[in-house]
Amino acid sequence: MLQITNLHANVGDKPILKGLTLSLNAGEIHAIMGPNGAGKSTLGYVLSGRPGYEVTEGSVTFNGQDLLALEPHERAAAGLFLGFQYPVEIPGVSNVQFLREALNAQRKNRGEAPLSGAEFLKVAREQAGALGMDMDMLKRPVNVGFSGGEKKRNEMVQMGIINPALAILDETDSGLDIDALRTVGDGINRIMRKPDKVVLLITHYQRLLDYVKPDFVHVLADGRITRTGGAELALELERNGYKELAA
Amino acid sequence: MNRTAPTRHDEAWRYSDISAVEAAWPLAAPESIIVPAGGNFARTILQDTGSIHQLNIAIGKGATTAIHVLNIGGDYGRVELNVTLHEGADFKLGAVQIGGGTQNLEIITTVTHAEPKATSSQIVRSVLAGTATGTYLGKVAVARDAQLTDSVQSVKAMLLDRSATANAKPELEIYADDVKCTHGCAIGELDAMGLFYLQARGIAPADAKKLMLQAFVAGVFEGAGDEEMLTDAALKKLGELV
Repeated sequence: MLQITNLHANVGDKPILKGLTLSLNAGEIHAIMGPNGAGKSTLGYVLSGRPGYEVTEGSVTFNGQDLLALEPHERAAAGLFLGFQYPVEIPGVSNVQFLREALNAQRKNRGEAPLSGAEFLKVAREQAGALGMDMDMLKRPVNVGFSGGEKKRNEMVQMGIINPALAILDETDSGLDIDALRTVGDGINRIMRKPDKVVLLITHYQRLLDYVKPDFVHVLADGRITRTGGAELALELERNGYKELAA
Repeated sequence: MNRTAPTRHDEAWRYSDISAVEAAWPLAAPESIIVPAGGNFARTILQDTGSIHQLNIAIGKGATTAIHVLNIGGDYGRVELNVTLHEGADFKLGAVQIGGGTQNLEIITTVTHAEPKATSSQIVRSVLAGTATGTYLGKVAVARDAQLTDSVQSVKAMLLDRSATANAKPELEIYADDVKCTHGCAIGELDAMGLFYLQARGIAPADAKKLMLQAFVAGVFEGAGDEEMLTDAALKKLGELV
């Protein structure tokens, strides 16, 4: 479904990804772990097309399509969702307006009819409810005045509404307390654990993986995948650290 | 009355399109508005043809005045307000100017707190693209006896292109000693991370910009009788720029 081959990418003049190869099939959940500065967030940004992240070599195909040739909004319409490590505050734009516009832009791009206000609100209410977020919060400006945990929860509500085929979740577990971690983990399982979907979890810690059990765990160090294993690899990393595995 | 057209040496015309001003000279006398004690006055000024509006407003004891301005049209557009507040009066200005191409748009305000306990609040937002110039000169003067004056000024400009120009000059002249006068001024560009966030959720670049600019001017027209008309006209103009 997602095929990353020999990916090299620079941020500014600095090479960050140095030949990363990864293959994700439908129905799978992959976790990428690794030390600070290994290139985990860069991978998420490169896949979603953030300006300033330049691919110098390699290829990425998503359902057979050249992902790197698409603009960020076209990648979203194609089914890619990036859960931000630091969700952005946008004063003056309500969550509801933002999400309805986003969803309908994606639908338009796919040649589907837009959802009416009532249809959209029904979906939004369901998803917000499932993640324990009240509608008042959805009416507030995007992420403004939200705590770190609320921002991450809001990312999951957005994911539920947009219902993507591929979710790249960049440290969605950071800043969450135990209860919020469970809610977010349940959300990921409910929205994304499906035979036609795929998830790439970027994380520092094993704890999210207690709730969202990965099929594969990869270690990313110095811009490359240095080791791949099953869920047990995450536990091993938690015990021994990255140092000896990264080599 | 001064019958000679102003030059760049006149501070209030420093950034003006002088040849357009000369062509329009002599101007009609400014419109004079007197709000009686205890009265309420509201006015919407939509400058969409390229003209010069000059208003002198005297707000009587305990009276309130709300002015909303949308300055968007023509090669050169100027809205000039001279406001005098008497005891306990209140003045509110919500102004937006949006320019592209080679437009030169300006808003000039002089707000004089002549007597005690008057309040004034001015919000001005400018969005500029192309080689447009947007200017806001805003003077707040507090007379010697105008104690307990409360004055707020918030001035922000957004540049969509490196070739656009924003001039902003908030100015305070205070002769009383027990007053509260705050002003803030910022000139910036659209937040790149915010734009990327919107695009990553599927919104096309031009629509993402428009959404962020809409947020930038949001709230300025709140409470205006013509809020919907002003908002629609502002959004239409923003849509032309992105």
